[in-house]
Amino acid sequence: MNRLLKNKECNSLLGGLSADYRFFAPVRRAGRGRLSDTDLITYDQISSVEEIVWDEKTLRSAKEIMFPITETLMRFDQKTISQPSVVDNRGIVIFCRSCDIHAVSRLDKIFLDNGTSPDPYYERLREKIHFVLMECADPFKSCFCVSMKTNIPEKFIAAVREVDGGLKVLSQRRTLVDKLSTIGSECEFELHYPKQNGTEVFPPQTLDMPSELYDHEMWDEYSGRCIACGRCNTSCPTCSCFSVHDVMYDKDSGQAGERRRVWAGCHIDGFTDMAGGMEFRKSSGARMRFKTFHKIYDYRKRFGENMCVGCGRCDDICPEYISFSNCINKVSEQPGTQGESL
Amino acid sequence: MKNPYLPEPCRIVAIKEETDIESTFTLKSSIRPQHGQFVEVSKPGVGEAPISVSGFGEGFIELTIRKAGHLTGKILESQAGETLFVRGPYGVCFPADLFAGKNLIVASGGCAVAPVRTLIRSRLADQEQVSRTSLLFGFKDPQSILFRDEIDDWKEAVPVVVTIDKEACSWTGKTGFITAHVPDVAIADPATSYAVVVGPPVMMKYTTQEFMKRGLSPENIYVSFERRMACGIGKCGHCKIDDSYVCVDGPVYRYDKALRLLD
Repeated sequence: MNRLLKNKECNSLLGGLSADYRFFAPVRRAGRGRLSDTDLITYDQISSVEEIVWDEKTLRSAKEIMFPITETLMRFDQKTISQPSVVDNRGIVIFCRSCDIHAVSRLDKIFLDNGTSPDPYYERLREKIHFVLMECADPFKSCFCVSMKTNIPEKFIAAVREVDGGLKVLSQRRTLVDKLSTIGSECEFELHYPKQNGTEVFPPQTLDMPSELYDHEMWDEYSGRCIACGRCNTSCPTCSCFSVHDVMYDKDSGQAGERRRVWAGCHIDGFTDMAGGMEFRKSSGARMRFKTFHKIYDYRKRFGENMCVGCGRCDDICPEYISFSNCINKVSEQPGTQGESL
Repeated sequence: MKNPYLPEPCRIVAIKEETDIESTFTLKSSIRPQHGQFVEVSKPGVGEAPISVSGFGEGFIELTIRKAGHLTGKILESQAGETLFVRGPYGVCFPADLFAGKNLIVASGGCAVAPVRTLIRSRLADQEQVSRTSLLFGFKDPQSILFRDEIDDWKEAVPVVVTIDKEACSWTGKTGFITAHVPDVAIADPATSYAVVVGPPVMMKYTTQEFMKRGLSPENIYVSFERRMACGIGKCGHCKIDDSYVCVDGPVYRYDKALRLLD
């Protein structure tokens, strides 16, 4: 069903659903950008569709909604350990683009499928989440979703296009169709997907990366450039690593505290450090190789598809102007990387 | 469903001081690990870390812990009667059934004797396996020898080489790294013999090479990796090497696979 809703009608729909759902979308936070006099574009809760930012990319992805930057795993006192309950039990609707919907399927593989059991903290947030696709006919310059085959999303409850003063909405979801049929007016709405990006990459195809590539000189340049800030990790919608820390509420009494997980990144110092002083992948170049192979090779070997979704955020955010998309292409230019395709 | 991150309180029933910096903790626990598996051990407020199981039996597990960092330092300050928090067991175990009836050489260094101890104990408890087992241990110096009394008992049953890195006064035994003693280990038929090699990465790299020089194929060698881990269940990413997660696909690897894991 295709409907044209005026902003006012959209907002009253959101308002009517707010008892059962929270809505998240790219929004503008004035003056909070990483450079002076710039705004931060980020995912946050919205109550009106006018808050949605359509013409700029968010700095970070929507992953922190289901995988918070900091999350309490358990609380403890002298006698007991308890699991914190979810504060807000409402469903979560995220307005986002195709690449970010694909990215969540990558997180699902790690948090739900990998290892011995699903991650209960991720699972309890993830099962509340629904996606509304923001049509992305004209992608941003650094995007390479077409190359990564993430330009067309799989699961979304509705798709929306911004038009003057309102939204065009497309949905096949029965409950939503019933609701929409009484609001707005019918319209033509053929959904467009990105067909071409300003950036093109050619991910390697091999299932057996030549061992010479592990200490290839191409990684040396990154040792000289990368400052191990980890921005590429935090901005990546598919980076899922975390560390766990115990925190005492009152250090002196030592009576009560909590165990938290916090985002971690393979580029950041200390990621592999063990008690006793051993560490792996000391150079930034080795870390760049590790991350690159994870995103376009290791993960595919394990789960059957590339982890990188081509959002290009790591290229946008790197303070040293390291281009991940270019790095992928450098790998693919090496002999032996185009072998057997999945 | 049970939350895999929530640990169980386990009372410390005994502590045996092994060396100046290592002690074996016996914990009351219903966890039944297999040889070579590990558990996540924590002290609330301090932290959590993966520790391999060095012994187990009905209603208890043993953990041999070296004072290596903040958490292990605090654990070593614990007294019998206190509680540690444990979850697990995790990871792939040594294929003891595959080794049954075959020659097995266990080579391990330093505190890496802990993860192979239960495998050795089970081999030596079975008369069939005793004649097919030999042991090779390396330690830094005489003061660092772990499970000293138990190793002496093992010497009664099977060939055991204990070597320390450098000559030391009061030491009349063998010296040098483990690698120097692999050539002297009796290996009747390399095709039907297995080696378990556990220790620091450098030790494993060169010791496996020595066993391969003796004719063992990488398919007949098993190693165990140690990595930083925050979850133990394949989520946190710290222990990932290539497409493998050490916590779920390891820590025990057949060497032909381990060889291809590049950090």
